[in-house]
Amino acid sequence: MMTTPSLVPLPYRVVARRDDTADTATIALEPVGTALPPFAPGQFAMVYAFGVGDVPLSVCGIDGNRLTHSVRAVGAISGALRALRPGATVGVRGPFGTDWGLPGAAGSDLLVVAGGIGLAPLRPLVLAALAAPGRYGRLNVLVGAREPRELLYPAELTAWNAAARVLTTVDRADDRWQGDVGVVTTLLDRAVFEPRTTTAFVCGPEPMIRATADDLVQRGVEPERIRVSLERTMHCGTGHCGHCQLGPLLLCRDGPVVSWTRARPLLLVREL
Amino acid sequence: MTTAASGFLAALAPAHRARLLGLAREVSFPAGVRLFEEDGAADRFWIVRSGSVALDIHVPGRRGAVVETLGEGELLGWSWLFEPYRWHLGAQVRSALLAAEFDAPRVRAACADDPAFGLAITHGAARVIARRLKATRTRLLDLYGPPDTGAAR
Ligand SMILES: Cc1cc2nc3c(=O)[nH]c(=O)nc-3n(C[C@H](O)[C@H](O)[C@H](O)COP(=O)(O)OP(=O)(O)OC[C@H]3O[C@@H](n4cnc5c(N)ncnc54)[C@H](O)[C@@H]3O)c2cc1C
Ligand code: FES
Repeated sequence: MMTTPSLVPLPYRVVARRDDTADTATIALEPVGTALPPFAPGQFAMVYAFGVGDVPLSVCGIDGNRLTHSVRAVGAISGALRALRPGATVGVRGPFGTDWGLPGAAGSDLLVVAGGIGLAPLRPLVLAALAAPGRYGRLNVLVGAREPRELLYPAELTAWNAAARVLTTVDRADDRWQGDVGVVTTLLDRAVFEPRTTTAFVCGPEPMIRATADDLVQRGVEPERIRVSLERTMHCGTGHCGHCQLGPLLLCRDGPVVSWTRARPLLLVREL
Repeated sequence: MTTAASGFLAALAPAHRARLLGLAREVSFPAGVRLFEEDGAADRFWIVRSGSVALDIHVPGRRGAVVETLGEGELLGWSWLFEPYRWHLGAQVRSALLAAEFDAPRVRAACADDPAFGLAITHGAARVIARRLKATRTRLLDLYGPPDTGAAR
């Protein structure tokens, strides 16, 4: 889906907020006036904390004109956005970038692999797949987190499990954790999919993306059917400033979602 | 589905798989049972049919730290294959376990008897070890941590 993004930030109001983990919160935004064009799962917005600056945030929920973002505080801007309370106003530009291309995967098994906050951009894809029963093959959602308390959307993961195969794993268990321990690739053995007709969607830190995609290729999933979401620092979001360059790609325009065929050679080059 | 295709047994040629299974007995254990302890004699091993097992390391003064969990199709235990045949980790049943259990000296004798079978078993176990080593290394990157702790988002 190609829509013309709004390059001017439009005012949006925080209408709901939830703390997910110690450093991550989910905020729901609604337009104060004019709404942005519709977002597709995988696309991102440039969200402006007034007086601080703007950062790219993927949509983790799309409901009419309402946009939901999960934001992890790593610096000044993301910290300011995470701290916003209902009633606060932000500026939003978008939609930017490529989407997951879920409709093109009709008929194939779906394999969603998320690490850490990488689950956020995958959430609307999972919801879209769940909302279209029969359109896709088997849906597997594999989620890895550092610790149980860092797992995003735990209640939703349980709910999705009714219609999908949802497996979660943590690197370090605490006393109460009864689930799996190990990196997210260790869950691939327990996913249920036919590699030759599977489309995979992978988002997380780059080493995790690489480990997952390489493992999937070994299992027989076509590199072209492995879609990964890549991140680089972004500035303009419109393909003009060059901040988000990865080799020949400008990730704000040609990404963040690209096929493994395109991503692999670029990720293996040092100091691109 | 990939469960069968990636399981330890599925990686063996049919004749070797049949030979190995000929040495198995079916066992079940309820949750909570300790199957083996670090440094204990590695005289048995299992292939998980269903349920799950946690592998742990003893940390003095603390509860054992779980480092990995194993489930359906996975090989539980490889220390029996290499001297000094002592467990590197401890193992505790997490959820009711059904498994094929093998007597390690018998399997080692069968491997020695039939080098092709022995090579297949060793190769299969080495693949498992390589996969677990890779997973451990990946985990050392503190994968999902915040960027300033060494990992990207
Ligand atoms: C397409 C895209 C989608 C994104 N979606 C989300 C999302 O849904 N939720 C979310 O919380 N974050 C998301 N991010 C990351 C988010 O944009 C950054 O965390 C944010 O830009 C950091 O800005 P800051 O000013 O708060 O921190 P800074 O002060 O700029 O940085 C603080 C620390 O974070 C590191 N850092 C900054 N940006 C990144 C990055 N992109 N990747 C890894 N490390 C980084 C810096 O190196 C530094 O160590 C996305 C990024 C991109 C490119
Ligand atoms: S962010 Fe400016 S070119 Fe991509």
